[in-house]
Amino acid sequence: MLAKLMGLFLLNLVRLLTGAQARWYGCPPKAEQRIYFANHQSHGDIVMIWAALPEELRAITRPIAAKDYWTRTPLKQWITTAVFNAVYVDRERKGDEDPLQPLSDALASGDSLILFPEGTRGNAEEPQPFKAGLYNLALRFPNVVLVPAWIANIQRVMPKGEVVPVPILCSVTFGAPIRLEPGEERRQFLDRARQAVIALRDI
Amino acid sequence: MNQFLRNLTPSQQVAALFLFVFGILAIASISAFLASFRQRDHDEAWQAELKDLRQLLRTSWFMAILFWIAWIMGPAVATTLFALTSFFALREFITLSPTRRGDHRSLVLAFFVVLPIQFWLVATRRFDLFTVFIPVYVFFALPLASALAGDTQRFLERNAKLQWGVVVCIYGASHVPALMLLDFRNYEGKGAFLVFFLVFVVQACMLVQHLLTRRLRRPASIPQISASFNWYTWALGMVLGSFVGGLLSFITPFKAGQAVAMAFVACAAGSMGHLVMKALKRDRGVTAWGARGMSVTGANGLLDRVDALCFAAPIFFHSARWYFGV
Repeated sequence: MLAKLMGLFLLNLVRLLTGAQARWYGCPPKAEQRIYFANHQSHGDIVMIWAALPEELRAITRPIAAKDYWTRTPLKQWITTAVFNAVYVDRERKGDEDPLQPLSDALASGDSLILFPEGTRGNAEEPQPFKAGLYNLALRFPNVVLVPAWIANIQRVMPKGEVVPVPILCSVTFGAPIRLEPGEERRQFLDRARQAVIALRDI
Repeated sequence: MNQFLRNLTPSQQVAALFLFVFGILAIASISAFLASFRQRDHDEAWQAELKDLRQLLRTSWFMAILFWIAWIMGPAVATTLFALTSFFALREFITLSPTRRGDHRSLVLAFFVVLPIQFWLVATRRFDLFTVFIPVYVFFALPLASALAGDTQRFLERNAKLQWGVVVCIYGASHVPALMLLDFRNYEGKGAFLVFFLVFVVQACMLVQHLLTRRLRRPASIPQISASFNWYTWALGMVLGSFVGGLLSFITPFKAGQAVAMAFVACAAGSMGHLVMKALKRDRGVTAWGARGMSVTGANGLLDRVDALCFAAPIFFHSARWYFGV
């Protein structure tokens, strides 16, 4: 109940501040298993994509959250667990555990994911080189549709280090799905995925 | 008929006025709808004209409904409604005027401190303070907040943009609800008429100017700024706007001649302000704040609809206070 209210509050807050506009170019919003992958510039990114999705898809789409940061306080943990139903992922590798295991589990159980393949937030105009996670997941789950997305303007709403967001209109542009070609190399695929995200900037 | 209207209470008069406006809008919308069925002249120019007309009608409906809600809910709600309009307009303005990280605190100040205070000053009728609050105090506070952020790059330019946004979207917009609270003698409870007068003459002037430009096909006077503006149709729009103002003098506290002059002032400020905003948009490389220009921002063009009003309101307000001593 409380989580639902919190979700409603965050949703309306995001709409008030950013308009939370979704632009679907290349694919319609559809209840198939997907990985949305986007540029990452702010903490608001998760909420932005989440708010831009239609309500039916929001329930089956889980964002990825960095475990070290988002479990640091009870409030952060509660928001990511109860409101966003996030999948936690370890940023630093410990022992021989597979860091992608939680994501694989989520995909195996039929959920869609929101992924930021840069791994961390950037400040630059263009996203940093993508990390291998997206490639490995695409390899393991060939039937999951990979949808690139570009989040515009959100870094102006709340730059790194600030706490009060300001109202600036943002949009999320979803592009045409890409797929891992047979025999395609890892670096090549990741660069192509990154280009697919960047290409959405000017549509 | 006239006697009948005079015997009504002020609020009944305002209600009659809204009935009249909604009636005209309904007729216009139905005609536009029927016109879309017409088979002949389906050339592109005609289609474009119809589309423009629809856009204009939508704006007018939007304004009329906004004012109607504002009026039935009383001054406090009216002020809140305009505060929201101002908030969304400023959001659009800032979206298209890229700011740097160093501006963050100034933006927080503008949106969450200046805007609420300004509208609170309006709602509490502190007229002397609210007319100087932004140009005197805020204009020193905003650059200070920027300077404290320690970013010198394009300092003057960034502050100019922000201050200009504050002037148009907060200062200008806040003068519209303020009109409702002006105390003219023997005019209690009719402040809504004054707002209606302002909006109606400005819209009439713009509408005539727009339609005549299409009909007369004159070359643009300032093609760098606007593909349609020319001085001849502008003058005709001004004449008609002022004339309409004269006709409407019975709903204002002004005499006929004064009403013409006030309408002239409002139309001049509104149409010139619209031109200034066009120059601003051209500078940003768009033709409209809304979806037609640059959809990636997600703006819906609220600012395109209220910009003339944001310019006309403060000038109208000040001339009324200054000349009539209210």
